[in-house]
Amino acid sequence: MKELILTNHAIARGAYEAGVKVLSAYPGTPSTEIAESFVKYDGVYAEWAPNEKVALEVAIGASIAGARAMACMKHVGLNVAADPLFTAAYTGVNGGLVIVVADDPGMHSSQNEQDTRLYGKSAHVPVLEPSNAQEAKDFVKLAFDISEDFDTPVILRETTRVAHSHGVVELCERTERENRPYADNSKKYVMMPANAIGRHIAVEERENAFADFVNGMAINRAEYTNENEIGVVCGGVVYEYVKEALPQANVYKIGTPYPVPVKAIGEFAKKVKKLYVIEELEPFVEETLKANGIACVGKELFSVQGELSVAKIRQAFFGGEIPAAESVPVRPPVMCAGCPHRGVFYVFNKLGLTVNGDIGCYTLGAVAPLSALHTCICMGASVGTAHGFKKATDGKGKNVAVIGDSTFLHSGVTGLINAVYNQSGITLVILDNSTTGMTGHQQHPATGKNLKGEVAPVVLLDELVKACGVKDLQIVDAYDVVAVEKAVKAATANDEVSVIIAQRPCALLDKKLKKPAVTVRDCKNCGKCMKLGCPAISRGEKGIVIDTAQCVGCEVCAQVCPFKCIQKENA
Amino acid sequence: MMNILISGVGGQGTILASRVLGKYALLCGMDCKISEIHGMSQRGGSVTTHLRMGEKIYSPVVWEGGADMIIAFETLEAARVKHYLKADGILLVNEEKILPMPCITGAAKYPEDIREKLLADCKGAKFVNAKEIAKQAGSEKTTNIVMLGGICKLYGFDKAVMEEAVVSCVPEKFKQLNLTAFRMGYEQV
Repeated sequence: MKELILTNHAIARGAYEAGVKVLSAYPGTPSTEIAESFVKYDGVYAEWAPNEKVALEVAIGASIAGARAMACMKHVGLNVAADPLFTAAYTGVNGGLVIVVADDPGMHSSQNEQDTRLYGKSAHVPVLEPSNAQEAKDFVKLAFDISEDFDTPVILRETTRVAHSHGVVELCERTERENRPYADNSKKYVMMPANAIGRHIAVEERENAFADFVNGMAINRAEYTNENEIGVVCGGVVYEYVKEALPQANVYKIGTPYPVPVKAIGEFAKKVKKLYVIEELEPFVEETLKANGIACVGKELFSVQGELSVAKIRQAFFGGEIPAAESVPVRPPVMCAGCPHRGVFYVFNKLGLTVNGDIGCYTLGAVAPLSALHTCICMGASVGTAHGFKKATDGKGKNVAVIGDSTFLHSGVTGLINAVYNQSGITLVILDNSTTGMTGHQQHPATGKNLKGEVAPVVLLDELVKACGVKDLQIVDAYDVVAVEKAVKAATANDEVSVIIAQRPCALLDKKLKKPAVTVRDCKNCGKCMKLGCPAISRGEKGIVIDTAQCVGCEVCAQVCPFKCIQKENA
Repeated sequence: MMNILISGVGGQGTILASRVLGKYALLCGMDCKISEIHGMSQRGGSVTTHLRMGEKIYSPVVWEGGADMIIAFETLEAARVKHYLKADGILLVNEEKILPMPCITGAAKYPEDIREKLLADCKGAKFVNAKEIAKQAGSEKTTNIVMLGGICKLYGFDKAVMEEAVVSCVPEKFKQLNLTAFRMGYEQV
């Protein structure tokens, strides 16, 4: 049966067909849909882990026990999971182990443009990269076979344009698999020095064997057109662009960016007029070829930044102008009408605080007019950076940390333990909207539901904070701007570590919330409410106008209006 | 081969429109690829979905100057992606204006002459009040299906097949509503 499906769904389907029994993941664009799709199949286990490190450890445990297992994450998630990755390369597997990592060239929804292929090389783990949905499904199954045949974890790398594209996919049946037998084998699975020294030898032997093997793999293939034409080495979505932009070119399609099939490409190079490498981000394949004495042109023509496209490739070879976008006002993403984060950032701005931020919808607090988020590094970093900021300013820095509930559980809690232990006296505001918002509303350990939507035990944020040793804990309603301001003032005035949990479910989720829109009477046009950056509020000729279709009645603007011109309907 | 761009503001229902067109391609036995962006930009930002159908499709993304048609759910978003349109391409614009945050705060101005410019620049440009037609059909939420009815007529897609695609992409209880919206869009564009 053929269906038009999202590549991430095709990956889930591939895992299902390959007999995967255990999948663990943490949400991250553009990888989130894999776990959400996989959990819908019968006879499988899938979960949201609190972070990618745990997700990979879960998959490693399942693999050692004998099941086929998968962990899924976005590219920066692999940084978190890098610790288990590098040593799982030493232990090898029992049941097949595949790690799906979604890179984001162009940073559609990410904080950097790191290239996962380099992790493969660094960790000595094979990397497969599909070009489209059908290949993604096929490559997942192939990755599991490689994992078991070569006793290695395998990374399946995809990029945003592959992950979030739909393609026509042929669906097959699941192959049920018994767990491979498990036997104690401490030399293989206990990585202390004496054993790891032996395993490092095994890693090198395996890598050499696989580096030979890739030259004969069907997913690495030459497509010849004419020996008088150029040859292009490419993979992933770039292969699709090249086929479109340079139909006359000979193409070498790479399915295993690590290890690069050097011998096969060397043969290909001899049969074409001139060799080019076209790849997004790092010159990974290019440098490998050049290091092996294969002359090629690559980043001389293309940037290491952003995405490539059919138009960019055509321009590089044939010149000409790419039609440019007209200059029109930008439409950046904004916090939704009724977003419970808005009032908190309004208070930060009003109090002139330096805000050490984190990863989530609330990163949008950096954007005008709220303009109240001043650092954002990675998941969980708000707490550690606030601590360092305080230490560097001898405790005088007017800074606070802000983090979401899901991100706090991901990796913020360790930063909080550090702040208590090392006594920086920071203030941490946890924006508890009871969901993982930015990635599209996933459950986490404090929501009371699991990936399947079933009722699950709840990690209580307030109890967790207290257990970290925090004495000054306040819980406020995020919509109560006065209470938020009072809490922040009190917390920042003392010298101890203070935590404020600002509670309110995400406005997109809380269907009970939709109260009547607020109304405006006798607006003085002072513009105070405009500082909230609410998309439901705009300026009309005689003062501000509330878009009743968007307004959810959170009444944050009503609290901010100094003349009480904004009121509840019928008030 | 057909290259289509669907542009709008996060939350406007561009995804369903692309699902219907994808289904249409499958019903016609064509290859099809769709590329969309999830995540951050969906929070009220600009969103563009690329859809290509034909005998064999490689790139999931349409290139600048390569779109046969653009379906724009908002006027400013039409101007933002206009450079993707072929010289003889069709540009169907829903007349709706949604202010982006820089225009709300006063940092930028929503261009007043935007409609006239689009009509002058693209000879295949056509404006329609799809939201109003959708209201008449029974629900504002069918604005996207009204637009599909319009593009179906303008481009000359097979109407019966497109109706089948619409029906297969919406829940049972909304089938009649969406068919009505589709047909009103087809008639009134």
